Amino acid sequence: MAAGLSAVDASPATTSPQPEPRQARPARGRKQHLLDFADWSREELMALLDTTDVMAQVLTRTIKKVPALQGMTVATLFFEDSTRTRLSFDRAARAQSADVMSFAAGGSSLAKGESLRDTLRTLDQLQADLYVVRHPVAGVPYQLTRWTDAAIVNAGDGRRAHPTQALLDAYTFRQRFGGGASAFEGKRLAIVGDVEHSRVARSNAELFTKLGAEVVLCGPATLLPREFAALPGVSVTHRLEEAVEGADAVMALRLQQERMTRGLLPSLAEYVARYQLTERVMRSAAEGAIVMHPGPLVRDLEVASDVADGERSVIEQQVANGVPVRMAVLYTLLVGQR
Amino acid sequence: MSRVVFRGAHLVDGAGDHGVHDLYVNGGVVEGVDLGGEVDREVETAGALLTPAFLDLHTHLRDPGQEQKEDLSSGLAAAAAGGFGTVVSMANTDPVVDEPGLVTDLVRRAARLGQARLRPAAALSRGLAGDRLTDFAALQAAGAVMITDDGIPVADSHLMRRACEYAAELGLVIQTHSEEPSLRAGGVMHEGAVSRRLGLPGNPDAAEALMIFRDGELARLTGARVHIAHVSSKRGMQVAEQLKADGAPITIEVTPHHLTLTDEALASFDPLYKVAPPLRTADDVAYLRDAVRRGVVDNIGTDHAPHTRAEKERDLLSAPFGIANLEVTFPLLYTELVLTGELGLPTLLHLLQDGPARVMGWEPPRLVPGAPADLTLLDLEAELPVEGRSFRSKAKWTPWEGERLRGWPRVTMVGGVLAFERGALAPA
Amino acid sequence: MPNPSVDHPNLTFKASLMSATEMERALKRIAHEIVERNKGVANLGLVGIHTRGVPVAERLARYLKKFEGTQPPVGKLDITLYRDDLTEIALQPIVRKTEVDFDVHGMRIVLCDDVLYTGRTARAALDALIDMGRPASIQYAVIVDRGHRELPIRADYVGKNVPTSAAEVVQVKLAEIDEEDGVELWERA
Repeated sequence: MAAGLSAVDASPATTSPQPEPRQARPARGRKQHLLDFADWSREELMALLDTTDVMAQVLTRTIKKVPALQGMTVATLFFEDSTRTRLSFDRAARAQSADVMSFAAGGSSLAKGESLRDTLRTLDQLQADLYVVRHPVAGVPYQLTRWTDAAIVNAGDGRRAHPTQALLDAYTFRQRFGGGASAFEGKRLAIVGDVEHSRVARSNAELFTKLGAEVVLCGPATLLPREFAALPGVSVTHRLEEAVEGADAVMALRLQQERMTRGLLPSLAEYVARYQLTERVMRSAAEGAIVMHPGPLVRDLEVASDVADGERSVIEQQVANGVPVRMAVLYTLLVGQR
Repeated sequence: MSRVVFRGAHLVDGAGDHGVHDLYVNGGVVEGVDLGGEVDREVETAGALLTPAFLDLHTHLRDPGQEQKEDLSSGLAAAAAGGFGTVVSMANTDPVVDEPGLVTDLVRRAARLGQARLRPAAALSRGLAGDRLTDFAALQAAGAVMITDDGIPVADSHLMRRACEYAAELGLVIQTHSEEPSLRAGGVMHEGAVSRRLGLPGNPDAAEALMIFRDGELARLTGARVHIAHVSSKRGMQVAEQLKADGAPITIEVTPHHLTLTDEALASFDPLYKVAPPLRTADDVAYLRDAVRRGVVDNIGTDHAPHTRAEKERDLLSAPFGIANLEVTFPLLYTELVLTGELGLPTLLHLLQDGPARVMGWEPPRLVPGAPADLTLLDLEAELPVEGRSFRSKAKWTPWEGERLRGWPRVTMVGGVLAFERGALAPA
Repeated sequence: MPNPSVDHPNLTFKASLMSATEMERALKRIAHEIVERNKGVANLGLVGIHTRGVPVAERLARYLKKFEGTQPPVGKLDITLYRDDLTEIALQPIVRKTEVDFDVHGMRIVLCDDVLYTGRTARAALDALIDMGRPASIQYAVIVDRGHRELPIRADYVGKNVPTSAAEVVQVKLAEIDEEDGVELWERA
């Protein structure tokens, strides 16, 4: 056979300059993965929120467990530590009678720099039906879909996406404002803080705009580069007052202390003075506006204590909604499979 | 050494189109056309294009020390399969090529292979550490033809200035990987709307433009011949053009991937597309193509940078930079630039033949009696899919997998020896 | 008149099994039997299985109020999460909310549905109900029992027993959902 060539074309053609999009999943009316919201329609996302309602109800019963995922195995694959998220998925799987396996980066098998395909090939021997993947680098859950038949849920990849967090935020939002399919129409979400380094911000911007809301991003230019304005349905401002004015929900992002080091922020004091959510700022928000935070909250940094503990705050509901949202995601991806 | 005839070949070189002739090779050099007489080997060309083998001034052969990625044998065979008769190997091996003995060893080992010719580059700084110059004169005497820390930008402007002064005195070409390190930082792709959306750390075009400006200014200041490798951005190209117009003795290189791929490719999160400098926007690609058309660009360098499959299956931060593209360079550019009418075939050939020769101060390759028989026979008709698994390179994966291209090299001869012959081609 | 080509492209209409009047009579009889068996309606709760079991339970509750003066509480039960075939079906079933607003603990529960067939739905409903608490007893009321049981389950109250073949489909129509009452027999093409 000639080098570099073959008379028989067995492989699919790709077009340059752009590569083929991610492989389309089989058209059987069911999603295989939750990586971000790119291939989820508004109807499918609303159905997911409706299913969350049912799951939330299951969790209020005497026996907080249903047999829906009996005989299925969910594997949590965490290359980056996050006990809260991992336990939330763990509970969501067990509440539907799935078996759960956990792999953590602490073990030598998930060493940094190893071929992801090799790692997955080993784990695939254990026959999980679904992987919940957390990784410090954007894109890893996408990469993994090439090498396994199992479903994949992105539990946070670098700065890229954290779809279940966004779903629980949207669920919390809908819980507060009520309404069915039009719960998000004409509503405005302001996301404040370190947008550039935040997968929560990216996923929420993607989800809320898809559901019909308007999203305003706000933060200092070092943490909110102007290219974000190119996202569909998203506007950008560097003034907190402008972002909050008329907003139905204001989400403060976590500010990591390490951001101080690389010249991204002059000082914490300056950040607090310009971007902390205070009662005074919140007064210009829409009537009944809520305050959200993905946690863990550093008091009096991103959000003033009186706001965090005040009437507008839904921070505790957000935490409580984590399990039912993840139950709905697992159910939606796994039921009807095989 | 045997006598070979290329029967009925369409002869083209930098001097022009010479029509269809039988070209005879004898004793490692071109003997003449339509001579007749006994031959040891007859190559049927069926009117295919016979032209001087290409020169690549930018090849990573990974030998010594990283033979799992590539070695002299596989890398030089890949070069021949891509129509290249000569490659300049980069010095970022393990150990780094920063001592004359390593240069001698490379030249000696490559000569035994009967593949493409190897003209090694040597490191600018010892161990590519960026603080002490290597022994340029000794390296040159051992066979090094270029000085470069390619792969790692030279951060220290003072060191770069001294390198330029010293190289100018010796008549050596300095090749620069021009990216300002502190701005490039941890970037794994072009910084822009796509990197923001994908949440991947970006590397701004300003990092390239700034460093090209510094390197061009140092060339002007010292009179050194500075070759700006792999210019990838519109801003970088504009700065380089301006410097050139102002009389700085610089030359400009672009790569096949920067002419054909954009940062949107990273939306697949496939580390195959992770290169340094990064793939830029469609606007940048259009500008680079325009610069090529306007004659601003001196050569196309492949920046063939092979890695193992396992390395390219890592996450995007830990996967290494580089695409192995010696074997697709000509068909890719012929198909995407020439067949689309964007670029004339003579211009593309120039950028792979006379262009790089002039950058190095070498004789432009010609199909004239007495010239070294470094030739490539190009089949411009057959359209075939790219198939990574049959690459000669050890890196058998490519962004262009499955893409149907035309312009495949059929035969490559180096010094009168058939280094590469493609099997029978399917009819077009 | 039923129009198979529009309503059920793969089914052909075979026979009408119950008219609206017959169905009403059957449900009233079941209500009387419930009263008789439970000696009244004290401590009684009706739970309808989504979808058509819900109007069945609601109607029975209305008759019970008419006969006894007190209306027992009515709940809606979705058994999707308890089905034993979830991993085998091709299309994902929509999960609906279970709405049982009374405490089932210690109550006599009458589970209501339209058709009893394999018994798998009833099995799932029993599990779902028991997960909500510990009822004193669970009874089972259906409009049609068509046979072909796959599990050891029987109904306590049956509107009509109909011997069927596996190729046949029993369609119970309820005005609340289907705009008219009646039971029909259809056959797969």
